[in-house]
Amino acid sequence: MKKKRKTLWEHFTSCYLLLILLFIYLPILYVILFSFNESKSLSNFTGFSLKWYENMFQDRTMLQSIYYTVLVAVIATVVSTIVGTVAAIGLSKAKRVVRTLVLEVNNLPVMNPDIVTAIGLMLLFISMKVQLSLVTLILAHITFCIPYVILSVMPKLRQLDDNVAEAALDLGANPWQALTKVIIPQIYPAILSGALIAFSMSFDDFVISFFTAGVGINNISMYVYSMKRYNPSVNALSTLIMVVVTLILILVNVIPSVREKRNKKEEA
Amino acid sequence: MKSFFRMSYPYILWIAVFIVAPMFMILLYALTRTGNSTLTFQFTLDNFARFLREPTFLRVLWTSLRVALLTTVFCILIGYPAALFIAGLPERRQTMMVLLLTLPMWINMLLKTYAWRGILLNFDFASETKVFIGMVYDFLPYMIIQIHTSISKMNPDLKTAAYDLGANKWVTFKRVTLPLSIPGIISGITLVFLPAVSSFVIPKLLGGGDYVLIGNLIEIYFLTAGDWNFGSAISLIMALIIIASMWATKKLDRNAQEE
Repeated sequence: MKKKRKTLWEHFTSCYLLLILLFIYLPILYVILFSFNESKSLSNFTGFSLKWYENMFQDRTMLQSIYYTVLVAVIATVVSTIVGTVAAIGLSKAKRVVRTLVLEVNNLPVMNPDIVTAIGLMLLFISMKVQLSLVTLILAHITFCIPYVILSVMPKLRQLDDNVAEAALDLGANPWQALTKVIIPQIYPAILSGALIAFSMSFDDFVISFFTAGVGINNISMYVYSMKRYNPSVNALSTLIMVVVTLILILVNVIPSVREKRNKKEEA
Repeated sequence: MKSFFRMSYPYILWIAVFIVAPMFMILLYALTRTGNSTLTFQFTLDNFARFLREPTFLRVLWTSLRVALLTTVFCILIGYPAALFIAGLPERRQTMMVLLLTLPMWINMLLKTYAWRGILLNFDFASETKVFIGMVYDFLPYMIIQIHTSISKMNPDLKTAAYDLGANKWVTFKRVTLPLSIPGIISGITLVFLPAVSSFVIPKLLGGGDYVLIGNLIEIYFLTAGDWNFGSAISLIMALIIIASMWATKKLDRNAQEE
């Protein structure tokens, strides 16, 4: 009797979790299915076609929004990863008071609602008489990406044994060598995950871009937001983005474990 | 080693210009009158008084708080059992479930909301219901992950001890698991309530043009009306509410831990 009740409970919990997953994946499945729909219908799948994909590649504003999104995300990721890592290494050697203060300020863009960061930057640019453009957009993205890099790298740095870098210096390495040959190799995975978070933050941002980009510069989010009527080509675009994001995530998660396995094999 | 500290100078300069200065700009605009030139500021509290005098603005604030609160409550009600059940799975399937829950977080929120727009256009729901569904959808995974983390960090011996002392499943849950998972609920609340209050994409895409929350109000005053002073005042009021609620949840957390 008792055993039977337990399986009933287990059935219940599995069903519950399945429903949650269904809820979470519902819009994703919907988008993928309807990106292949023949008609414009939102509720009926009338037949298979690739016409929304064709439409997408003919829509110049949509293609341009993809271009701007990728361009901004790549520049923001590269700059924020470098600046953030360098700053984090510097801060880890700073006095406690200075470090705490800087990290508090660093947390502001993470804790603040996006819209507050957005209007703050917009007011800054405009009152400095800097016209909103692609440059202001990139500056804004770098600003909100760096904190994530620092938050990712900092904990790893604090685990490091200070003596190792110290020893390198004692053995005649100059500070540059100590940095590139000793410190950075040890925190490399944290830098990589910081860069990944920065890229994803920049790629997905809407609010801050909306307030800091110049006229005519739209990223994907802004393009989708500005659409007045429902446009099924967005389903095609979303499907492609989801495929790319999933592939990147698989690559990022699989490559290190494959490499680790190979290293272990070579050692053995 | 001390010389490494110099490496953070560029970033300290950067945050002074791009993080600290913008916050001062918002404060400055909120406390001054429209049309002041660069050096002559006319300080005033009119922008705040205007917000508090006008019932329309207060109604928008009330709606935003209500929707955010309701979203948070539902995320806890739906998310808690989910987190609990996941924690009960064998380890492999637990990792799998967490992975499945985090995967959609990497996909652009705007695109997911746009998909909901397509789905919900088939239904004749009220604007607020649609916005509410969109918000619960967007924030639920964060709540589940937070609660799951706190439950899975729990020492399993505590539960065994409770059973040994004669407690049944329900009592063990009520007296052991639930109290120990409160920090997870609290950090879940901060991850759900705070962004929900300031959200303006979900109300715009799912609620239609006439459904306005406080985030939309800020957008309107900045980009449509061009009244940056009043817009800054609204965002300061919103920031104050957020800081107050964060302080309250922190206090709640401390009380819970003392018990």
